[in-house]
Amino acid sequence: MSTSSGSISSSPAPAAFERGSGPVLEVDDLHVEFRTRSAVVNAVNGISYSVDQGETLAILGESGSGKSVSAQAIMGILDSPPAVITGGGIHFQGRDMLTMNAEDQRQIRGPGIAMIFQDALSALNPVYSVGFQIGEMFRAHRGTSKKEAKQHAVELMDRVRIPAAARRVNDYPHQFSGGMRQRVMIAMALALDPRILIADEPTTALDVTVQAQVMDLLKDLQRDTGMGLILITHDLGVVNEVADRVAVMYAGKIVETGTVDDVFTKPSHPYTLGLMNSIPQVEAKGGRLNPIVGQPPNLAAIPSGCPFHPRCPRRRTGAEALPGRDCVADKPPLRLVVPGREAACHYSEEVLGV
Amino acid sequence: MTEQEQRNLDPAQVETDVRIGVGAPAAESHDVKQNSLWSDAWGQLKRNPLFWIGSFLGVFFIVMAIVPQLFARGADPRSCSLSNSAQAPSGEHWMGFDQQGCDYLANVVYGARNSLAIGLFSVIGVLVIGILIGAVAGYYGGAMDSLLARITDIFFAIPLILGAIILLKVGPSTGLPILSDRGVGAVAIALALFGWMTAMRLVRSQVIAVKSQDYVAAARAMGASNLRILTRHILPNAVAPVLVYSTITVGVLIAAEATLTYLGVGLQRPAISWGLQISTGQSLLRTAPHLVLFPSIILSLTVMAFIMMGDALRDALDPRQRS
Repeated sequence: MSTSSGSISSSPAPAAFERGSGPVLEVDDLHVEFRTRSAVVNAVNGISYSVDQGETLAILGESGSGKSVSAQAIMGILDSPPAVITGGGIHFQGRDMLTMNAEDQRQIRGPGIAMIFQDALSALNPVYSVGFQIGEMFRAHRGTSKKEAKQHAVELMDRVRIPAAARRVNDYPHQFSGGMRQRVMIAMALALDPRILIADEPTTALDVTVQAQVMDLLKDLQRDTGMGLILITHDLGVVNEVADRVAVMYAGKIVETGTVDDVFTKPSHPYTLGLMNSIPQVEAKGGRLNPIVGQPPNLAAIPSGCPFHPRCPRRRTGAEALPGRDCVADKPPLRLVVPGREAACHYSEEVLGV
Repeated sequence: MTEQEQRNLDPAQVETDVRIGVGAPAAESHDVKQNSLWSDAWGQLKRNPLFWIGSFLGVFFIVMAIVPQLFARGADPRSCSLSNSAQAPSGEHWMGFDQQGCDYLANVVYGARNSLAIGLFSVIGVLVIGILIGAVAGYYGGAMDSLLARITDIFFAIPLILGAIILLKVGPSTGLPILSDRGVGAVAIALALFGWMTAMRLVRSQVIAVKSQDYVAAARAMGASNLRILTRHILPNAVAPVLVYSTITVGVLIAAEATLTYLGVGLQRPAISWGLQISTGQSLLRTAPHLVLFPSIILSLTVMAFIMMGDALRDALDPRQRS
């Protein structure tokens, strides 16, 4: 099925971006807040990550942890107002997107960075056929003729394994099933051969078997194109299957990063540990689940010190705490715990058991 | 009557009546070819007798406006003989004669062209101004929206007929090309200039609703420009209620033209129009009531035709009203 990939990537691409070396995308100390009438909501509080080409970074977090907001900041689709990027940088191939003008940013979106959304039905325009919408990428960015754009659209639909692509190219989004629609989204995102693909909960709206197909497809396409993939999800299973590295977010901050194997087998932050313990185990069938107690933090009033401390079973305050490492008073920085692992906890070594 | 029509069309009501669910056809299917919004709407329209009556009358009057000769039964509206002055209808002359002794049927038939032309041109004007300002206000929001909304409010404060009267009164003294001679163009401009506000509000609210859809964010994420997002993604999804509104408005504006002409500021003799006929006929109402009756009936039928079509279209485009 990947036979048509050659013709796509070899088509004339004045706007395409070279495959350089080094990280393709670097997010550096990004801050985003939502200024509402009643309060300032600190959705993203200084997160940094980088993605190399061919690499899959999973950003894992519960609802409201700021994982989608950081992606929207990269894509320039934050609703502002109320959202404001208050600090930090987003570097695409070394150039800071936040300081460049709107037109240059627009040039990067599509051919440089593309995004797929959680709900493909609402992310596709109901009044146009899918072929028209996929073809629009070529017409808008490369000035391709209508006919040629449609041809490319059929090739792309083939490439994302939509059966009978040539026949379905004129169908409308509502005529596709959920999984097929997500494939249409993926085809659109891949049209200009982007260097980075951001997938914002791409499989959340799909049922489990279709989820697996879509993730396999993304994996295969990534192997073919060498693009970097940022996978935003709260699905631990998906992360475990496809990601190389994972960044766990809590209250708008990254609390732990590392390779998926390391983080999943030996968490070094109590929150990650709590997540892993909450996974239902086959052996524990019939027993009670182990949830993380308490509520996710209110981003308009993030707890002092470590934002996780009200829910943390290992918190140490007052006399129990080591000097400068009071969970209620002192903010834990994201620091190297063991090589390749960073965590934002005063007592990571204890959690890790080293 | 016009004002009442206007009141009936208050934007909030039109909006709630005709807003269509963009994600409405959400059911999934793998094999059966599903209907799009428009083919669904057509299927609904086909079964609506209101639509057929309205469109039959509409087409009838449009043909009458284009080729009045066919309907005048061989009479020339300009060949008059005072000996026939204000004669009552007869088998030979179905609508009798007017005060000047001209065949009245021919006059009424020839009046369709001016009325429909004014209705059509002013509604085009209303749409152009309304969509342009509404789309910009809705899409850009913020200060731009506030500014344009206040300008719209100022126009809203001027009643359609009053504004048009003032413009048409001062028109001849301005020396501007179309406004200075009081013809179809001037009346259409006057009506469009003081009648676009509801269309603007409708477009604005639709654009705001569509703007927050995921596919607009998706288009932006894929690097679409503002112009492309607005024209390709937002307006096509916002257009249905405006279409309904404009169909109804054609009727309202035709009636408004008759009102203006009746008040003596619209078309002027020797132009032939229903408003003029009603205006001149009223002085003879007691002796020759048919001079007011016939153009009034035809005017009402025309207005009704467009309003019926608009109503049927609104019902058809609103999935919630389907059984």
